[in-house]
Amino acid sequence: MVSAPVSATRVPIWRNVRVLQWIFQLLVLLFAVLVLAWLWGNYQTNSERLNIPTDLGYLDNPAAFEITGNSMSQNAPVRTALYEGFLNTLRISVAGIIAATLLGTIVGIARLSQNWLVSKIATVYVEAVRNVPLAIFVVAGLSAIVFGVLPNIQEAWDLGFLVASNRGIAVPWFEGGTGGGLLLLGLAAAAVAWGVARWRRSVSERTGEPPRSGLFAGGAFVVAMIVGWFALGYSATLPNVDGRRTAGGIRVDPSFFALFFALVVYTASHIAEIVRGSIQSVPKGQGEAASALALSGFQRMINVILPQAFRVAIPPLGNQYLNLIKNSSLGAAIGYYDLTLVTQTTVGNGSPAIPAFALTMVIYIGISLFTSVFVNIANRRLALVER
Amino acid sequence: MTVPVTGKSGSGAGAVTWLRRNLFRSPLDSVITIISAVIAAWVVYKTVNFIFVTGRWEIIRRNEKLLMLGRFPEVHVLRWSITAVTLAGWGGLIAGILRARQIASGSIVPDAPFSARRLGDLAARFWIPAVVVLLTLGLASSSGPWITAVLAVVAAIAGRLIGPFIGRVKLGRGANATLYTFLAVLPVALYFYVVDAVGFDDWGGFTLNLFLAVVSIILCFPLGVMLALGRRSKLPLVQLVSTAYVELVRGAPLFVLLLLANVALQFFIPASLAPSKATRSIVVFTLFTAAYMAEIVRGGLQSVPTGQSEAAKALGLSPARQTGLVVLPQALRNVIPAQIGQLISLFKDTSLAGIAMGLFDVLNVASAIPAQGDFRGQGLIGETLAFTALLFWAVSYTMSRESQRLEKRLGVGTR
Repeated sequence: MVSAPVSATRVPIWRNVRVLQWIFQLLVLLFAVLVLAWLWGNYQTNSERLNIPTDLGYLDNPAAFEITGNSMSQNAPVRTALYEGFLNTLRISVAGIIAATLLGTIVGIARLSQNWLVSKIATVYVEAVRNVPLAIFVVAGLSAIVFGVLPNIQEAWDLGFLVASNRGIAVPWFEGGTGGGLLLLGLAAAAVAWGVARWRRSVSERTGEPPRSGLFAGGAFVVAMIVGWFALGYSATLPNVDGRRTAGGIRVDPSFFALFFALVVYTASHIAEIVRGSIQSVPKGQGEAASALALSGFQRMINVILPQAFRVAIPPLGNQYLNLIKNSSLGAAIGYYDLTLVTQTTVGNGSPAIPAFALTMVIYIGISLFTSVFVNIANRRLALVER
Repeated sequence: MTVPVTGKSGSGAGAVTWLRRNLFRSPLDSVITIISAVIAAWVVYKTVNFIFVTGRWEIIRRNEKLLMLGRFPEVHVLRWSITAVTLAGWGGLIAGILRARQIASGSIVPDAPFSARRLGDLAARFWIPAVVVLLTLGLASSSGPWITAVLAVVAAIAGRLIGPFIGRVKLGRGANATLYTFLAVLPVALYFYVVDAVGFDDWGGFTLNLFLAVVSIILCFPLGVMLALGRRSKLPLVQLVSTAYVELVRGAPLFVLLLLANVALQFFIPASLAPSKATRSIVVFTLFTAAYMAEIVRGGLQSVPTGQSEAAKALGLSPARQTGLVVLPQALRNVIPAQIGQLISLFKDTSLAGIAMGLFDVLNVASAIPAQGDFRGQGLIGETLAFTALLFWAVSYTMSRESQRLEKRLGVGTR
């Protein structure tokens, strides 16, 4: 077959697909830019009209408020307050993620338990909690549990090492220890931990026992830190009731406690479903093989099924962690000074609203991106290598 | 029905076997069973005790209108009743038409209308919301809600019975379009009917939560689909714009966005357009949910085999038609359950609007009424929060159960 001669006339420009595509793209971009420019223009004119600054100069103004449970002075700049709020967001997020993962994993395993009662309890927990807004748990955590269940400071539950009242829960904490000394101590403890890990590995190579170097190194680090702490002359205090407040130790603010409770209970119900799904995705033969090797039920779960389940679970778990971090902003509703409440308060004290909220948003997006990068790395390292 | 009955003498032994197999498998298992039985009994006791003994539900009884409708003026509440009854009839009508059309097209096998199986099925599906509705009615202080509820049930049944007659008739194109337009316009007309009497800003209570969720999920849909298509587009600029939007919005907390909209929207939008608080929250919910919707739809687009768009291309369809007529319908069908999941999550998130913007939604009412003169200082917030949680729970739980049922019927993941 002879191909027809290619016609010399070119495709007219208004029918050339590539040209049309570029025109379309430019229109989309133009539209996006126009919308942004319109918003930005309105913002500029309105700010000028109301004489509100649009830069980040407010960061140097005095914050003029105190953060409960923090020594920050009223004259500290907004910058410092924001940093403290950021730390508080990190605190609640890290504590919440760890606790929610533990509780969620337990509940997820319990839902698949052969024990009828255990699996029913887990099911009721998940179905009851998942379908109720987090905001209700947050409000209930503060008003019904902290103020409803915990006693007044006058009749606080004083267990010696723990003082619980509606002013918060106080636990023993370390005192003293500053910059340089602390850093040296940390380095020394890390060196001890490293030595212990090496020793475990050599033992493992000689005897064939499992090395468990992470466990041993972690334990050695903690022990070295504590021993070094007191060897350097620092101290620790127990909490006790002192009039209308607690002295000594460290007091966990009621709002932290309420927010922690709400975030953990709520997120755990979602994590439980993820864990259940990923355990079910592990081929049945794996569990049967583990039983055939005479592993106990616990060993089978910990050594065979869970490691494979978590491989599947990591991406959705990462999503839940991101949700938990973002949901921690609800602490603002009950007076937990996280990033959101600090921003809200500084805006109330006269900081310009848009730069302040924009900065907060950027920080949250930064935390989210950082977390998802972290999750992606974990996912890549744990994923099965397929052809 | 004849079910083979196992020997009666064996039932006792069966129970023992069952117990041994499910509760007392090993010594450790027995210990766990006993511990969890104690905990469960304690929780059940506390709950029952709270509901029937210690709970003082007078506060709910007295404030039920506030919880349900907010500060909606008493004179105009009738408009909500008429709306509710009409919507019930509308829902029944649509269900009837759809079912008749499905039977006509042969996609489902008709069944006797009042068979015990179907009634039992209905009861299993809807007993939870029915109980909650009855409970709410039981707490009502006037006869209005009762009359509304009875009329709504009557309207729903009537619509469901009339629907099949309309559905069975072969309609021409024009008539069909008229029918669909009528069905689509009716809720909008009802909205204007209510808003005509009382401005949107004075709506409140649980109705506001429902309304915010439904309106935002509908409004976010076109934007979400566009963003999903944009993100999968081969055109780099379009992809860049969509991806940037989706990732930025998903990285920010909804609560902070609502706070921002509360204080800052007036800077971005000229004063003449500056919307009221309730409208602002709809804008935020829509823009926020669109990003999540985009990800859901993108998942659906990925689940459609490439062969489908290739086949459409081979038939000579233009790219727009390939997407609009072949790929997108399949993609959207595949993600209906995920979309319902998003609706549930949005519905729960509407409670944030009350906290962030001071809207008088149900949670805000529930935290405010324990401070009323008659109830101050009695610590009744447990009761009001429990009632609010029950409302949210009943709606969300029913929706998620229905979505699971739909998932099974659509056969997602099995074909």
